[in-house]
Parts: sequence; structure tokens; C-alpha cells
Amino acid sequence: MKRETVKQAFITSIPVMAGYLVLGIGFGILLRDAGYGVPWAFCMSLLIYGGSMQYVGVGLIAGAASVLTTALTTLMVNARHLFYSISMIGRYKDAGAYKPYLIFGLTDETYSLLSTGEAPAGVDVNFYRFLVTLFNHCYWIIGGILGNLLGEVLPFSSEGVDFSMTALFVTALVEQWLNVKEHRPVLAGLGCTLLSLLIFGPEKFLIPAMLLIALALTLLRPSLEAGKEAAK
Amino acid sequence: MSGASLHTAVLIAVMAIGTALLRFSPFLIFKKVLPAYVVYLGKVLPPAIIGMLVVYCLRNTPILTSPHGLPELIAVSIIVLLHVWKRNSLLSILSGTITYIVLVQYVF
Repeated sequence: MKRETVKQAFITSIPVMAGYLVLGIGFGILLRDAGYGVPWAFCMSLLIYGGSMQYVGVGLIAGAASVLTTALTTLMVNARHLFYSISMIGRYKDAGAYKPYLIFGLTDETYSLLSTGEAPAGVDVNFYRFLVTLFNHCYWIIGGILGNLLGEVLPFSSEGVDFSMTALFVTALVEQWLNVKEHRPVLAGLGCTLLSLLIFGPEKFLIPAMLLIALALTLLRPSLEAGKEAAK
Repeated sequence: MSGASLHTAVLIAVMAIGTALLRFSPFLIFKKVLPAYVVYLGKVLPPAIIGMLVVYCLRNTPILTSPHGLPELIAVSIIVLLHVWKRNSLLSILSGTITYIVLVQYVF
């Protein structure tokens, strides 16, 4: 069963591998350009483990930002992680010793792999979730170090490879659409974010989008919960 | 460690702690009792957030200037059609990504 769990976790993590290596390399190059070498790349990817935060973080450390600015920026850029954690409380309830690491490693991509659908049959669920999180973390760290070492001497153009993250989320959306009959939550997510993007623009739309989604889901609660009862 | 390196290390620690704080706080706040509202959010948030992430990934797509988001539109359409047809996540993701790479590097 252990062997099968490792195999299944690895297969699940493959789509993230390409994306994390590419995005990690991008981060490593940025950090190198800002004058920071491999130990810094390793520490940031190991300890922060958040894509967009680390990209923003390069600017913060290069410009020697204040502690307060850094703390506030972190809370703004990563506020969406509150949402991820809230929705994983139930799933991670019985994760035991794996739990702290599972929570620490809850990135956008790991979340999208583990929050919808079930674990493959015949695996130790908690060990499986732990491994998916760990594999993704490793890809991310390796990408950061590679990028930092390679700098700008990449032998091929990687333009467009980071689309694998978009592809991952689009696939997760279609899979979830085919799995359930109730489509209002996913439509609320799409609609509220799109509306917020149109109003606030691509730099500042995420937090208003989350507030809109929370509002929409709260307003939909009576009808959605009534629907669930009827479905039973 | 020089003063500048020390400041960098402090900033990295702040980012790491801030991120971890956001990830851990819901688990700590609702450790004992889980309000029915939070249970409800746990069920309906994942699909909503996947929708949010799709828009988030495509946020910088240029619609008004050339190539008007065509590579994105074509690649996303291929992913959707392929996934409805085959239901194989790895296949959908790889095909969509390769399509996009070819389109942005060689076509548009």
C-alpha cells in the first residue's frame, strides 16, 4: 500500500512539476539578478513556499523594505490562503502528525489538487496528501535553485511554459463541473472575480473578489443548503 | 553576516511567518468548535476558489491589443473539450500547455 500511495501521489503531482520548475526557475533568475545567490533562493522557497509572494519578496528585499511594509504586503498578497485553510479544516481533521506540514504547504496548486475530488482508491489518504504536498514543495525548491544557478543562459525559450498553471486550474474547474450538478458556487467564483477584475484592474482585484465571493456564497446559503437536503 | 544580509534574513522570516500565520489561523481559530457557517464554506469555497484562480491566472491577458487573448482562448478551449471527452487530467493539462507554447512561440 505504501508503494502504491507513493506512485499515486507522484502521478497526481506531475502537472504541478512542470509549472513549479518553470515558475521556480523564474523566481531564481529574478533573485540572482537582484544579487542573491543559491542559499537565499533555497531558504525563501523552503520557508515561505508561495509563488506570487516570493516574486514580490524579491522586490522587497532588493529595496530593503521595512519590516512593517513587508508584513502588510505579505498579508495582502496571501490573504487568499485564509480561504484555502477554512475549506480544508474538515478534510485535514484526522491528518495526525502530517497535519502541520499539510497546512504549511497549502499553496494554490496543492490546494487545487487536494481540495476537490477524492484520493485514488487503495491509498493511505493522509500519507498521500502529505506526499503530494512534499513533492510539490521539492519541485518548487529545485526550480528556484536551478534558476539561480542557470541565470539567463537557458538553452531554450521557456515562453508559455508557465501556462501549465492555468491549464491545471482550468482542468480542475472542468473536472469539478462534471462531478457535481450544483454549479452556482463555481459560477459565483468566476463571476465575482471577473467583475472585480473589470472594476479594480489586474493589480488590486483579488481581495475585493474574495469579499464578493464570500458575500455571494453567504447570500446563496439558504438555497444551496436546501438543495443539498433535497439531493439526499 | 553583514547588516544588509541580516535585514534580508529578517524580511524573509517576516514573509515566512506572515504566510504561515494566514495558513494556520483558520485551523487554530476553529480548533474546538466548527460553526455551521464554516462547515458550509468548506463545502462551497473550493469550487468558487477554482473559478477565482482561473480568472487570476488569465488576469494579464491582453484583450484589446494583439493577439487579443487568442492563444489563451484556443488553449483553454482545447483543455475543456479534451477533458469533457477523455476525463484525463494529465492529458488535458499537457495538451493545453503544449498548444499554448506553440501558439505564443511560433504562431502569434
